[in-house]
Amino acid sequence: MLAYLIRRIGQSALVLLIVGLVAFAMFRFVGDPIDNMLGQERTQEDIDRLRGQLGLDQPFAVQYFRFLENAAQGNFGVSYRQGRPVSDILLERAPATLELAAVSGFLAIAMGIALGVFTAIRRNGFTANFIMSASLIGVSLPTFLIGILLIYIFSVELGWLPSFGRGETVRIGNWTTGFLTETGLKALVLPSITLGLYQMTLIMRLVRSEMLEVLRQDYIRFARARGLRDRVVNFRHALKNTMMPVITVIGLQLGSIIAFAIITETVFQWPGVGLLFINAIQFVDIPVMAAYLMLISVMFVGINLIVDILYFLIDPRLRADRAGAH
Amino acid sequence: MKVSTVAAMAALLASTAMVAQAETLRWARSGDALTLDPHAQNEGPTHTIRHQMYEPLIIRDVTGAFEPALATDWAPKEGDPNVWVFNLREGVKFHDGADFTAEDVVFSFERAKQDNSDMKELIGSITEVRAVDDFTIEMVTDGPNPILPSNLTNLFIMDKGWTEANNTVNVQDFEGGEITFATTNANGTGPYVLTSREPDVKTVMTRNEDYWGRDQFPMEVSEIVYTPIQNAATRVAALLSGEIDFLQDMPVQDLSRVAEADGLAVKTAPQNRVIFFGMNQGADDIEADNIDGANPLADVRVRQAMSMAINRDAIKQVVMRGQSEPAGMIAPPFVNGWTADMDGESGTDIDAAKGLMADAGYADGFSIRLDCPNDRYVNDEAICQAAVGMLGQIGVTVNLDAKPKAQHFPLITDGKTDFYMLGWGVPTYDSEYIFNFLVHGREADIGTWNGTGFDNDDLDAKIASLASNTDLDARNADIASIWRVVQDEQLYIPIHHQVLNWAMTDAVGIDVDPEDQPKVKYFTMN
Repeated sequence: MLAYLIRRIGQSALVLLIVGLVAFAMFRFVGDPIDNMLGQERTQEDIDRLRGQLGLDQPFAVQYFRFLENAAQGNFGVSYRQGRPVSDILLERAPATLELAAVSGFLAIAMGIALGVFTAIRRNGFTANFIMSASLIGVSLPTFLIGILLIYIFSVELGWLPSFGRGETVRIGNWTTGFLTETGLKALVLPSITLGLYQMTLIMRLVRSEMLEVLRQDYIRFARARGLRDRVVNFRHALKNTMMPVITVIGLQLGSIIAFAIITETVFQWPGVGLLFINAIQFVDIPVMAAYLMLISVMFVGINLIVDILYFLIDPRLRADRAGAH
Repeated sequence: MKVSTVAAMAALLASTAMVAQAETLRWARSGDALTLDPHAQNEGPTHTIRHQMYEPLIIRDVTGAFEPALATDWAPKEGDPNVWVFNLREGVKFHDGADFTAEDVVFSFERAKQDNSDMKELIGSITEVRAVDDFTIEMVTDGPNPILPSNLTNLFIMDKGWTEANNTVNVQDFEGGEITFATTNANGTGPYVLTSREPDVKTVMTRNEDYWGRDQFPMEVSEIVYTPIQNAATRVAALLSGEIDFLQDMPVQDLSRVAEADGLAVKTAPQNRVIFFGMNQGADDIEADNIDGANPLADVRVRQAMSMAINRDAIKQVVMRGQSEPAGMIAPPFVNGWTADMDGESGTDIDAAKGLMADAGYADGFSIRLDCPNDRYVNDEAICQAAVGMLGQIGVTVNLDAKPKAQHFPLITDGKTDFYMLGWGVPTYDSEYIFNFLVHGREADIGTWNGTGFDNDDLDAKIASLASNTDLDARNADIASIWRVVQDEQLYIPIHHQVLNWAMTDAVGIDVDPEDQPKVKYFTMN
């Protein structure tokens, strides 16, 4: 067990280091930050001075090593664009992204499971078929198009919901929340639908196919034969057994909700970390790009690590095989 | 009964009149100010936000002309051409109530000359700023500087006492990530007072009722809510849905849609920016072409032919949807030295261009790479694509390489491109600025944006003499003669002057500022 754990953690750390190295090797292709930082009146002397000051005259491996050294001490450097510590900016932006991700994750899971169960039980009904066809839109339309479509309908034409921003927020300690004001809640609606739609249709389709699979099992037939009510059969026996693979996928999708937020946040001018990252790319703000990429990869690697460990704990066969091999 | 109804009506009217006076301007553009420190960054959107709260000695009004701000008048000192005398406005107070005096001006100029200041280049010629009395200052320059006032229109004045009390005498070390009191707070003499600010999210300012010009300017906006919105489609949607009153950085493709919408208007004016192509004529052989051992761009006939092949009217109609003004010289129309004649010197003539190519020995043409930005100017990549087709007509096969600005501009400053697009604005409104950066031979601190390899010592000497020539007629004659060389050499291929669009609701009244610097004190709201 311990050996397995250590091996997995070691592999995760290696993945992180490689992600960072690839990222730093690629930053040079994004462009030269110096040009954005100094005005058009700058002289060659200014350029050289600033380049030296930022360490950009060093090879990328050296820059990467410095980044790691500082990051290990919790210092992610200073944003080239905003001139403030990156960790401050990330902390300030995180609540917006996390609240958006939470709401759209909740929407996706609740709606996805409900619709999945519905379409599985009423397999041949007109409504179920309609929902299934409509869900194709969620899977196939790109996020930015859905966002702009929603803005067009609900902001421009109907004028019901705001087209950009977070509305008014309330500050609680270091956290800013949009849950406590009317404008804040209204502002959440369109972005969370945009962000959650893909996940929702994915969960719905998964629940449906798993449920159909389970409904064909013998124990369901026997349960029906025993005369149990449909509701008990469907929800207590069938749904429960459907959930195992669904939960795994939901866990893995959590990471991508936060990572996909980049596009949604750009469309809705949502002041989260995704928008920060897009800004950073345009400005070649290397410290922000590096910190964001590392953060996202830590998240993905962490989720995968936890899933691996959970499998190990849940599935006795994994342990038995390994015990037998020794 | 009737009387009380009338009284109630009157009360209601009075209250609505009161409400009408509280006018909020909800303003959006694509980017935000980088910092509030008045001297830490020399950048357009950053200056825009500062201009509402801080004031320089002199500002430019909506026509680009000088207007007194904290200085009431200014002139070179009689008998000493190295000194400018400024008389300061009396009775002005900073937002915190402190009095504005000459001491604050001296302090602010010293602060702006610090190493961390991004404004130091603009006032590099000033050796000393001294207070003669409380409301008179003298600026000593290292030689006669006839256009000094042009460099002061974004140089903001801070209160010495406030700055010292809040430990922010030193300019923010922007690259070092320093945050000082002045980067997040503001105490100027300007028409609006900072209420709250979240960088990249929202900045709120309220009207300064004690502003010295409260009765002189409309100042009908009582509160400003400034929101950067990056995505162009979202920006326009916010305007169409009524969430925004005033929009900068209006995307060209949505102009007609906004102009036709009820209650919205688009206002247009030529911008202080000209778009052109540069060609490397200085090298013996260039890498980006298919001709070995020779540089076709070194022949002035080839450069002229390429300019003649560009159909500027077609670019205006098709690429820019009418939002540009074809250019014949690389100076925006407001600039001292610009003439309508020279700006009309570019014509399209494919046959003549082919003839020039044949004379130069390139009847079969050649191929060359064009480097172009794709996120800097209005429709920059599309302009380059159009130019590819037009140059193809005279046998010049162009391979277009369009990149983000962060990759494009280093090519020009590092001399790694032989054919490139560049745009230029002239903050001083004087040709000398253009010559210094684009015509003077490239040296460490001059000619830094001249990627053409053009280097003419006589011309360089003439350009250098402009800085200290106080005889304005002779100086203008020199400027005209330098332009003549630039035009005859076809140093650049001018394309057009960009046009600036501001979109607003019908309630908002403001004329477009050629520098894209809205100053809210000029706004009317009805």
